[in-house]
Order: sequence, then C-alpha cells, then structure tokens
Amino acid sequence: MSDHEYTPKSKLGKWFNDRLPLLTLSNHLQEYPTPKNLNYWWTFGGILTFCLITQIVTGLILAMHYVASADLAFGSVEHIMRDVNYGWLMRYVHANGASMFFLAVYIHIFRSLYYGSYKSPREVIWIIGMIIYFLMMATAFMGYVLPWGQMSFWGATVITNLFSAIPIVGESVTNWLWGGYAVDNPTLTRFYSLHYLFPFLIFGLVILHIWALHIPGNNNPIGIDIKKPSKDTVPFHPYIVIKDLFALLIFLIVFAFFVFYSPNILGHADNYIEANPLVTPSHIVPEWYLLPFYAILRSVPDKLFGVIAMFAAIFVLVILPWLDTSKVRSAVFRPLYKQFYWFLVADVLILGYVGAMPAEGLYLLVARIATAYYFIHFLVILPILGAKEKTLDIPMSLTEPVLGGSPKEAMVKKNKEI
Amino acid sequence: MSEEKKTNRRDFIFTASYALGAVGVGAVMWPLIDQMNPDASVKALASTEVDISNVEKGQSITVLWRGKPVFIRRRTSEEIAKAKNVKLEDLPHPETDEDRAKNPEWLVMLGVCTHLGCVPLGDKGEYGGWFCPCHGSHYDTSGRIRKGPAPTNMEVPKYEFVNSNTIKIG
Repeated sequence: MSDHEYTPKSKLGKWFNDRLPLLTLSNHLQEYPTPKNLNYWWTFGGILTFCLITQIVTGLILAMHYVASADLAFGSVEHIMRDVNYGWLMRYVHANGASMFFLAVYIHIFRSLYYGSYKSPREVIWIIGMIIYFLMMATAFMGYVLPWGQMSFWGATVITNLFSAIPIVGESVTNWLWGGYAVDNPTLTRFYSLHYLFPFLIFGLVILHIWALHIPGNNNPIGIDIKKPSKDTVPFHPYIVIKDLFALLIFLIVFAFFVFYSPNILGHADNYIEANPLVTPSHIVPEWYLLPFYAILRSVPDKLFGVIAMFAAIFVLVILPWLDTSKVRSAVFRPLYKQFYWFLVADVLILGYVGAMPAEGLYLLVARIATAYYFIHFLVILPILGAKEKTLDIPMSLTEPVLGGSPKEAMVKKNKEI
Repeated sequence: MSEEKKTNRRDFIFTASYALGAVGVGAVMWPLIDQMNPDASVKALASTEVDISNVEKGQSITVLWRGKPVFIRRRTSEEIAKAKNVKLEDLPHPETDEDRAKNPEWLVMLGVCTHLGCVPLGDKGEYGGWFCPCHGSHYDTSGRIRKGPAPTNMEVPKYEFVNSNTIKIG
C-alpha cells in the first residue's frame, strides 16, 4: 500500500534517513500486513513487550535503593517498602509484574501450541521464544533470591544444588556457582549482577524474535499461508495497534488488581523472614510459574534423573517443531489434536498443583502420572497424530469460511448476489 | 586445483594460528571464570572450634562451618545400638556406624541433605534420625540415607577432638 507510505519530508529527515533508515523502519511497522482474523490470543505479544519494559523500568528504580549484601539486602528491601517514596509501589509492581509476565508468556506459548505457530516456516521464532522463556525463568529465579528472605535463600540452595547432580564435577560446579561452600554473600552479589544483565539479553532476543516473525509474517487462527498484502490482511497500524492496546488495558486491570488489592497473594509469607542458613522452612515451594517443572523434578526418585527430566521437559518444547509432524497448523482443523491439546493443558495445570503440595502419598502418584503423560504427549502422541490423524478440509483463504467461495473479489460479489 | 587435498605450508600456518589463538582465548577466559570460585577470605574460614561441654545425652547442637550447618549430636546408647544393628545390605549407601562416628557417643556431620541441600529436621522420620522436609528423605540415627531421593549419607566432615570438651571441625 505504497499510496500512504511515509517518507521524510524535511531536509533533516531525508539527510538522516539516507544515513540510517530508521524512519522507513517505522514505516515497515506501520504497514506490516497482518492477517485480519487475528483474535485476542494474538494480543499477548504486545502485552509481553509491555511487561518486559515495566520490569526493566521498575527494576532500574529498585536498583537505586537496594543493597546487594547478605547483611543489608533484607533490610534494604524493607527500607524500599517503608521509607522510599512510592518504593512499595515499585516493588509490588516489580514482584507482581514478574507473575503477570509469566501469565502472559504461558498464554502466548499455549496459543502457539493451539494454532501450530511453531511449525514451518516459523521454527526459528519458536526457538528464540523458548530461549527467552528459559532466560525469563533464570531471571525470575535470581530476582527472587535478592530480598534474602527464607524462601530466597532456600530456593537458591535447592536450585543451585541441582547442578550437584552432575557426575564427578558436580561439587566443583556448585562451589563455583556459590563462590563458597554454601549459598552466601558471593552468591547474592553475582545473582544481582546477572539479574540486572539478563533482561537486556531478553530485550535483544525479543528484537530477534520480532525480526524473525516479520519474515514469514503472523500465523493466524486458520493457520493457512496467506498472500501479503491482500484482501486477507490489514495494516498493523491502526488495526492491530488498537486491538493490542485494548487487550493491554484489560490485562492492566488484572495487573492492578494484584498490585493494589492482593500484592502478596502470589508470594510466600516465609520470605518476610530474613534468610537463616541453619533453618529450612518446613515446606519449600518455588514461585507458581515454576511449579510444573518442580513437580517433574520431584516425581523422579533419582536425583540425577530428576534433574535431567526437568531440563528435558523444557528441551522437548525446543524441538517441538520436529516432533509435531502434522502439516496442518491450526487445531481448528485437527479434531484429535484439539482434544490432546486440552489434555496437555490439564496435565500442566495438574503438575502445577501437585508441585505446590508435599511430595508424598497420592500427590506423588499423581505427579508421576502427570510427568509421564507430559512426555508421552510430546514424544509419542504428537508424532503418531502427524501420521494418523484425519484432518478437516482447510479453507483456501481467510475470507472463505466467512463469505464462502474463493477469496477473489468477483467471486465474493457473486456469492452475495446469490 | 586437484581433487586430492594435500597438506601444504598454508594449511599448517592456519592450523598453528588457530591453535595459538585458542590457547590465548583460553588463557584470557580462565581468570574471568575462576573469579567466581571460592575466594581467599572464604577459604580462610576453613576450621571452627566448638565447645561441647554443655551438650547432654540425646541433645544436638548445630554450628555453622563454611556457611553450612554442622550437626553435633551426643547420642544415647539406644541410638548407638540402633545405628549399629543395621545390616549393610539394607543401606542405599553402605557405611558402618563405626566409620561415621569415631567416638560412638558423638556424631558429627554436615546438616545438609545430600539431595538438594536443605537442613533436615532432627528426631523425625521413619528411622528415628533426621527427616528432610523439602523432598522427603529419611535418615537414620547415624545420618545414613534410608528412604527418599537423597543419593548418599549426610557427609561427615574432617574433625578431631582437641580435648574432651572441644571439637575442631575442618
């Protein structure tokens, strides 16, 4: 749609754009042809960008008042809460923002799973997304350590001890991570340094994620390839921008509810007790967004294999584009996959629930079954479905299911006359 | 160019340059990695002396050594008997009680669960010893793993009796 393409009018604008075509880049973002049937599940990309920026801005502010030292960290967080102007707001937005970030990222990931957005030609977008997700978990974990409460300390102990499961070099690796023989001040200061770094790595990867997205363009609920630009697309601005902003507004209501009405509901009371290396809290749980993986870790009775299973649970997601062999992207046209998709959703929710419960009796049994099913879904069911499933007929275009017939304008007109 | 690849002078120079480059990069990387290892001040705290004159039979104290809790338990004769009567075949990580407690009355060990590093709770669990609340490992009165995900017994650190009232750990 070159008729309203933006070109710099001023002499300075032209001069600059000739040397660095930033102004025509914004042009690309405005005109970027987007499938016109994108539903609200597609608004979470924008929401996630908002979450990342919120975390960086509030984090930057918290870093001005926080002290990374085993003796002072806990006190400095309380200082932020009580003394710093709006410190309570910054901290609650940052802490709940992490949860909101994960809520959005899980919806974003499960949207991809439902509509097959990870399939060719979008594998690289997916893999970059998984790296971002992994870095998010690492960042969130290290951030949770910084207040130096009981959960911080013991969460850090348990997670860093995962590396002690590595044969032979395990102990040296954990001592190297700790900078000592237990989690202590050196651990805290390095976590602080990395917690500050990682969001910027994520930011860089987000740019690559969006760049990779803009090569093939968005997938869509029908999951078919579309011609771009065409009758099946709308320009990103204003259509998608407005839709994304509206969704963001709704998302912010949920966000604000947590920040202002129940800021501690997603946290753990034990983290308001200063870290004590002599006493382990009676029940250690990670933050809610890590619970499914925690359940997988605990469901395996062997230490090394438990750790391997936990990392494998993330790795199967990375290689998902090659496990799901079905050529049809969207679950809309895959009657069997659609059912297994919801089984997987239920399975992950169950894993999350048992991850929060003590690892004994019935909970342990359920965790084991759910862990087994998680791997069966990706490693057995998906490859078999790709070969055996009878998929429904796929429409030729986005307009066809709505208007019937072919996407050609003349044909659509004809249909209307009938 | 012939199909057959002959190693010539130029290949040698390339390989030699890459190798030297790799050694150089490695030499620069090592300080960047090693700075994270335990530093001199951490290593300096290698030993701790503990006064045990006030510990009664059946009591435990916990002291901090290298940032880790150390359990010092003055065991009752019942506990000692219980620890000694276990068959080695029943142990996932076979160690005799004699090897773990030089002086059977005093059990000194790192109070760190060998699974993922939590501090087990005393006088708990199915074997009358310790129980780790994190992931459910049961230890007996000798601190040996009996049930649960922990792979090995709780570690016995290097220690010695300086005199009858003092233990030096480390």
